[in-house]
Amino acid sequence: MSYLTWLIPIALLMGATALLAFLWSLRDGQYEDLDGAAQRILLDDGEDRPAAAGGPRYSRPEPE
Amino acid sequence: MTVCCAPGADVGSARRWPSDEEVRLASRALSEQLMQTDLSVPSAHCAACIRAIETALLALPGVEAARLNLTTRRVSVQWLKDGPVPPFFATLTRAGYDAALYTHDQSEDDPEFGRLLRATAVAGFAAMNIMLLSVSVWSGADAGTRHAFHLISALLALPTIAYSGRVFFASAWSALKHRRTNMDVPISVGIVLTLALSLHDTLRNEPHAYFDAVVSLTFFLLVGRTLDHMMRRKARTAIVGLARIMPRGAVTISADGTREYKDVRTIAKGETLFVAPGERIPLDGTITEGRGELDAQLVTGEVEPVNAGPGDHVSAGMLNLNGSLTIRAEREAGESFLSEMIRMMEAAEAGRSGYRRIADRAASLYSPVIHTLALIAFAGWMAATGDWHRALTIAVSVLIITCPCALGLAVPMVQVMAARRLFERGIALKEGSALERLAETDTVVFDKTGTLTLGDLRVAASTVPENHLEAAAALAFNSRHPAARAIASLRPDSRMAVEDFAEYPGLGIEGRINGALYRLGRPSWACRGVVSDNEKSMSALSCDGELAGTFTFADTPRPDAKEAVQALWEREFELEVLSGDGERAVAAVARDLGFERWRSAMLPADKVARLDELRGQGRKVLMVGDGLNDAPALSAAHVSMAPGNAAEIGRNAADLVFFNASLAAVPAALAIARRAGALVKQNLGLAVIYNVTVLPLALAGHVTPLIAAIAMSLSSILVVANALRLRGDTPKPVAAGRRAGKLAEAAS
Repeated sequence: MSYLTWLIPIALLMGATALLAFLWSLRDGQYEDLDGAAQRILLDDGEDRPAAAGGPRYSRPEPE
Repeated sequence: MTVCCAPGADVGSARRWPSDEEVRLASRALSEQLMQTDLSVPSAHCAACIRAIETALLALPGVEAARLNLTTRRVSVQWLKDGPVPPFFATLTRAGYDAALYTHDQSEDDPEFGRLLRATAVAGFAAMNIMLLSVSVWSGADAGTRHAFHLISALLALPTIAYSGRVFFASAWSALKHRRTNMDVPISVGIVLTLALSLHDTLRNEPHAYFDAVVSLTFFLLVGRTLDHMMRRKARTAIVGLARIMPRGAVTISADGTREYKDVRTIAKGETLFVAPGERIPLDGTITEGRGELDAQLVTGEVEPVNAGPGDHVSAGMLNLNGSLTIRAEREAGESFLSEMIRMMEAAEAGRSGYRRIADRAASLYSPVIHTLALIAFAGWMAATGDWHRALTIAVSVLIITCPCALGLAVPMVQVMAARRLFERGIALKEGSALERLAETDTVVFDKTGTLTLGDLRVAASTVPENHLEAAAALAFNSRHPAARAIASLRPDSRMAVEDFAEYPGLGIEGRINGALYRLGRPSWACRGVVSDNEKSMSALSCDGELAGTFTFADTPRPDAKEAVQALWEREFELEVLSGDGERAVAAVARDLGFERWRSAMLPADKVARLDELRGQGRKVLMVGDGLNDAPALSAAHVSMAPGNAAEIGRNAADLVFFNASLAAVPAALAIARRAGALVKQNLGLAVIYNVTVLPLALAGHVTPLIAAIAMSLSSILVVANALRLRGDTPKPVAAGRRAGKLAEAAS
């Protein structure tokens, strides 16, 4: 019984962490363009942050 | 990197791009300086496309940011409000992509969808964890462990149901408040009762608790609800869009000659209006002074501009291309052509909202049956045993196990898959019920201009020798007239300098090239003494008064139109053409494409009347059309499709929009919809079979939490798996057609 008092809270905590991570990624707009995310890794200079619905989060690359 | 997949730039055809004004109207202001425009780019599909499109757009002056969303195939461009509208369409065409304006409507930033998704995630998390504990209980945990596990499950289930269950509780409550019942009522009752009963049993340390069942039920139902929400109708903006075209004001000229800018609604019959070139006619009226060409495409659908002069009647919404016109208003704003269109569309949309989706119809049959059965179970067991706890448990298990998990998933799952299939073929679906209506279709009605044809003029034949052709193209570059654009597209690279350019409304254009005076336009004007019986569809080119040759024009038929019509014939659809054009033009195209029935010179109201007539004969009509003049018909038809380059109003009024130029989209959409319809029926059948099988078990009181969990998951998995069958084996044209389509795009 005693190991359960440890293992179950740990299991629940891990699950809850995953849930929070999902909710965060959802709010961050990471599910907005799944196909694009899969393709953008092929671009060297691509801006790969997700595009949020609100303000200008992505812009013209600065000349180096 | 070479562009691997960009179809060849379609420079050849002088496609009608939205005007700057239209672009501005379709954009939204992000801040004081920035505007955002969304363009749909249906042919974008790989990393190279992302790069090509974003780079091309970012290189434009005034563009601050460009981001392509490959999932929705839309690029959002942010640009400086104060500058001119950057030439998005020309740039994208040059990069090899066709683009269309995408109107962003508010319903798309949908808070409800986020709420559903979060509720689903929370329910999923809780369901997994409770299942984990339940498996231990089922496999024979001792009484102490079982009690502990049940308590932990209760701790997880209570907040989860409180959070995720709100979706159902709120809907059930609002239904009850209006003295109706809906699917959410038995769901809510089932969830609350099961939860209460399980809590009661847990506290009394009984062997069974149904936390796993109630939470996973909530999870499955929420998945179905989320999918269903994706397929819901986005708010219709067609009428709003129509109202936006209406000029808000006009310049009036009073008897003493003073000019004043007035709100159209305050302009009375008989007042004199001044319409400058490039403005839309604000009110129906008669021209009293001035002569010029009017673009009547919005009103009649006719591509060729109408030449109008004193005494001619003009309708509100026509675009004055090049003359300065004085008009006497004959009707007030509320009676104008556009207002009439708005009223017709309102009536049509109100008429169609009566359609009930198949899932709703199933639900309305379903929920009273479940309620009755659960009540009977409770009453029966109460009478037989007198044990209220037992009777309640059984009644609740009836509610829970017959709960429409599978039913909730059956329809939206198929529709989501079908929408995805359609999207891969370049067809955007606005809502799930359109798919159901499309599957019922037995008659297809086409508009001509812009639908069967591309709505651009192209040069059908030319007798102009090569040395003059370059000059003709250079001259034509300076005019916006559709015929001139068609001539210009013959030699898009012509770089000859034109001097003394002048445009004569209704007659033609002239200019000096290398010292010679060229005239292009009406044969009798370009070259005195030449008489042609066919003045309208022909232009002549003269050089220093000598006839150099003539051009004749035709409307470009849409690619694959013939094949599409043939395919529809073979599948025994009734076909018909309804066009606003004259009999000769309609008959020629219709006969050429293989139609047997057509009607010409149809006004928007005639089209709606014809559709009503067909409906009266019991026919389910798919209307395919594009222009403003088709918008009421698109709204009135059982289901409707519009091409992606249609007028914004047409796109908004239609249920489906196809973005590839090919008309093959129509038979393809019908095939996918029919297949989806068959799968929906199968799924509903599966759900019914499942219920008929488990119901006796539940009524007999044999449903333990384990059985409930297995039965529920099995039925849901079965239904989802069946829906996924839509993926692979849609009729062959999909697999073969996609490749062929790409080749065709590349070749065009």
